[in-house]
Amino acid sequence: MPNMSLKKNEMPSQDPNVRNKNFLEVALGYTEEQALDEAARCLNCKNHPCVGGCPVNVRIPEFIKKITERDYEGAYQVIHDTSSLPAVCGRVCPQETQCEKYCVRGIKGEPVGIGRLERFVADWHNEHAKEAPAKPESNGHKVAVIGSGPSGLTCAGDLAKKGYDVTVFEALHLAGGVLVYGIPEFRLPKSIVRKEVDGLKALGVKIETNMVVGRVVSIDELMEQYGFEAVFIGSGAGLPMFMHIPGENLCGVYSANEFLTRINLMKAYQEGSDTPLMPLEGKKVTVVGGGNVAMDAARCSKRLGAEVYVVYRRGMEELPARKEEVEHAIEEGIIFKTLHNPVEIHGAENGYVSGMTCVEMELGEPDASGRRRPIEKQGSEFELPVDCVIMALGTSPNPLIKNTTPGLEVNRKGGIVVNEAGLTSHPSVYAGGDAVTGAATVILAMGAGKLGAKSIDEQLSKK
Amino acid sequence: MYRIVTKKALTPTLVLIEIEAPMIARKAEPGQFIILRVDEDGERIPITIHDFDREKGTVSIIYQIVGATTEKLNRKQQGDYIQDFVGPLGNATELPGAKKVAVVGGGVGTAIAFPVAKKLHQQGVHVDLIVGFRNKDVVVLEDEFKKASTNYFVGTDDGSYVRKALVTELLEEQIQAGANYDAVFCVGPMMMMKFVCKVTEKYGIPTIVSMSPIMVDGTGMCGGCRLTLKGDNGESVTKFACVDGPDFDGFKVDWDEAVKRSRMYGEWERRKHEETCNLFKKEAK
Repeated sequence: MPNMSLKKNEMPSQDPNVRNKNFLEVALGYTEEQALDEAARCLNCKNHPCVGGCPVNVRIPEFIKKITERDYEGAYQVIHDTSSLPAVCGRVCPQETQCEKYCVRGIKGEPVGIGRLERFVADWHNEHAKEAPAKPESNGHKVAVIGSGPSGLTCAGDLAKKGYDVTVFEALHLAGGVLVYGIPEFRLPKSIVRKEVDGLKALGVKIETNMVVGRVVSIDELMEQYGFEAVFIGSGAGLPMFMHIPGENLCGVYSANEFLTRINLMKAYQEGSDTPLMPLEGKKVTVVGGGNVAMDAARCSKRLGAEVYVVYRRGMEELPARKEEVEHAIEEGIIFKTLHNPVEIHGAENGYVSGMTCVEMELGEPDASGRRRPIEKQGSEFELPVDCVIMALGTSPNPLIKNTTPGLEVNRKGGIVVNEAGLTSHPSVYAGGDAVTGAATVILAMGAGKLGAKSIDEQLSKK
Repeated sequence: MYRIVTKKALTPTLVLIEIEAPMIARKAEPGQFIILRVDEDGERIPITIHDFDREKGTVSIIYQIVGATTEKLNRKQQGDYIQDFVGPLGNATELPGAKKVAVVGGGVGTAIAFPVAKKLHQQGVHVDLIVGFRNKDVVVLEDEFKKASTNYFVGTDDGSYVRKALVTELLEEQIQAGANYDAVFCVGPMMMMKFVCKVTEKYGIPTIVSMSPIMVDGTGMCGGCRLTLKGDNGESVTKFACVDGPDFDGFKVDWDEAVKRSRMYGEWERRKHEETCNLFKKEAK
């Protein structure tokens, strides 16, 4: 008998006034009891529209049924069949616009908490599973994956499961890409990323850190000199954008990338860290932008003791961040100044930020993106006192690989051009994730990594 | 992990280490840099490549002990390993078409001027290598410099070695004596580069400077190393030293901003350096 409650089981979380002072995970995860109760809300309907809403087509009703049977490892295996990173996706996927959006239970009431159930299953597995996955028998084909973010790890995992000899090349000193340098500990504990990466290593995937492909070795060299038969580029969208307004290069103006990398990858939030960050205790921080990265930067700043403003040029409704992230940010005491835009940052004699001039905005007709275009209100300038500004305006693909790979076509925005199989204009070189699309989500990148793996397998298995 | 093949103190605070890094050694070119981390929780710091040996598979760097990270690095001895060593990063130095150049280095910058001078000299370019040191105790690498240049000029701030002269004075003397340089390449403390550019601008000699701002990843990701340059139409242009540089047209750099940005964590760094030294002292007891 299904549980006909119209509401999802709530996610147990740290109290907002406690969590905004620590970097521990905000959402604590379902208990077994809550998971069983929530799983019972799934009707196991015939058409299972949720599966089509998932970029990697996790067989959702099937794994939920396993939960109801208390076969949690079985549930994990169902998810793991199509998703390489269940514990990550259960935390950072925007389920509300994917699987849960199509859930039949959502027509009247709230959809089944698919993401929360996925997280429960993945955490159960990480805690209880003892056996390392068996290393598949090698098929003798060598594949290189560039970048160890969500698309690269997914592609590597899928290929390794089929017996490919996969090497992942990572530019930084730690594998995980945006999962380790971008997403903060309180949303995605780094121990979880490490476990996922260790899982891939157990499958035989080799991870070479400190390898800036394009500098130390080129794609053509990987193929001609090192014997890789195919390459998947999952190098992400790493270049930060700036507004190009006066004062943007003052001390105390960070790109969100730099700010988050210092905190997440380099652990600058920890006492005694070797990597510095300007002290924010009692300071005023303004984050410019309204996406998930802006929320992450704002919530990190809050945890470091700052008074935090988010300045965004459209309205609350238009914030591109996940609703849950915005709600969390508001609960934690972040102040939203929507329909505002900075026009100039002011500096003191010592070169540090001392303030910012903003203007008010109003929304006009929809633009090419379909969103209403923000227009400056004449004469609405005002001063915002601020000590630190974080620009979270989006990122674009790094041109390094394009510049060092002859014959690799990119589009106007620097994204690598691929066909429907993920193949680039360079033979045997595939690409996916943010390197192709520009900044998007973890799960879309994973979908692209999956497609790349499938296409590489089709090409090489014919050999 | 990357092995320290040789370690040699050039002065008490200036140290040369040769690191085993065959893939980097294969690709390194003068003007490029590496990023290293000493240990597991270490900071990432950029250091310009001093030399490389493609056959031996090693890359040499020269570091000055100025902060916590270089202090920790200096605790490592020949045969020890450092955690991370990434590169070669940035673009190689290029002075296309130049037949006669002055390579100007100051302080630890002389270590970086060396590979550029050496390469140009090997290519048959006339190289005047002009270097400056604080005093006679910190004069280094003279034999190497002489081999890598057509003429070698040295001055010290206090006159304790050869003669009392700043590199700007040595350079201007040569220019006035009719050196007729096609280009000047300059590397060293920011203030020195700024003043070298003031001299060369007067004579209209194109001047390339090698910038070493604060950076985290070194691949274009953080933007911490950004500089303001004057654009062709007088507008301000932002460039990233890691991917657009590290070499820039010295006449276009906003020096005052670059100096301020380089001091962003100055206070923190001083404190951290002190803490690290105290820690090492305690260990030694």
